[in-house]
Amino acid sequence: MTRIVVVTSGKGGVGKTTTSASFSAGLAMRGHKTVVIDFDVGLRNLDLIMGCERRVVYDFVNVIQGEATLNQALIRDKQLENLFILPASQTRDKDALTKEGVEKTLNDLKGMGFEYIVCDSPAGIETGALMASYFADDAIVVTNPEVSSVRDSDRILGILSAKSHRAITSEEPIKEYLLLTRYNPKRVSDGEMLSLQDIEDILRIKLIGVIPESESVLQASNQGIPAIHLRDTDVAVAYQDVVSRYLGEEKPLRFVDYEKPGLFKRLFGGK
Amino acid sequence: MSFLSFLLGQKKTSASVAKDRLQLILINERGGGRGPDYLPQLQKELVEVISRYVKINPDDIKVNLDRQDSLEVLEVKIEMPQAEPNA
Repeated sequence: MTRIVVVTSGKGGVGKTTTSASFSAGLAMRGHKTVVIDFDVGLRNLDLIMGCERRVVYDFVNVIQGEATLNQALIRDKQLENLFILPASQTRDKDALTKEGVEKTLNDLKGMGFEYIVCDSPAGIETGALMASYFADDAIVVTNPEVSSVRDSDRILGILSAKSHRAITSEEPIKEYLLLTRYNPKRVSDGEMLSLQDIEDILRIKLIGVIPESESVLQASNQGIPAIHLRDTDVAVAYQDVVSRYLGEEKPLRFVDYEKPGLFKRLFGGK
Repeated sequence: MSFLSFLLGQKKTSASVAKDRLQLILINERGGGRGPDYLPQLQKELVEVISRYVKINPDDIKVNLDRQDSLEVLEVKIEMPQAEPNA
């Protein structure tokens, strides 16, 4: 059985591509054959985040239009042998993503034995975003603890429950998971940032994880390495937990409480 | 900080302002898909019924669904026209 997982948010810049890269890498690290597809036609970036930008020859639109086979377009990840990337087209129009073309590609990937198909949605609610979520079984809604991101996530949840294939055919609805990113426990404890409880109250979907605000995310993207690979960083550990929870394991939340620095720390520094 | 805010009188944090604003705006935006979408129809039918007895404008009836934790409050506000003095 293949699961199609869309990583979406509505708002841009909240961490969809970072999450798609780390989540798909995490699934592959657990031994699952996984493909991650960039749906952001015209503004592709997953290839950069995954560090395979120089190996892109054919793309998703080439496959849909029959100009290349899936095998030609799929790029094998440089670190994980059961992880593949299907890049978006940088030059075509976003309307090149047709419902029929996307469906055929997803079915072909299922036929190739992929266990998980991760769809990295573009921001917004136009064709690319609708196509990325249309055939999804599960949705990871990436949200920052900030008003515009929460509002846009709510909007996306409305679209998932009204316009997706599962909604239209009255199948079991898409499983929706909330992923909070760029979370800063200190600012939450100071009352300067919406807490995870606040956001759960508002969006009312299952929380799958909290990724703390961290400098290492930029360091990962600078190098083209999914953040989940950065050893001994909070972000990598938090993404590993997200993957575990997605696969059904119980994991307590981490990096959500602020500990006041003790006297020693305040006197002698340290982070 | 909490002791100080106690002394100075409770001041709302910006995070709680954000939560309140979001909850208000999302109640209004959730028409289709997630919330019930019978509100416009309910409003229309209420206007029809009340119009049989009192002359009102369709805009004089406001129907709103409010959520407070596990409680849902259906609020119906009807503005009655002022009675004519010679009636």
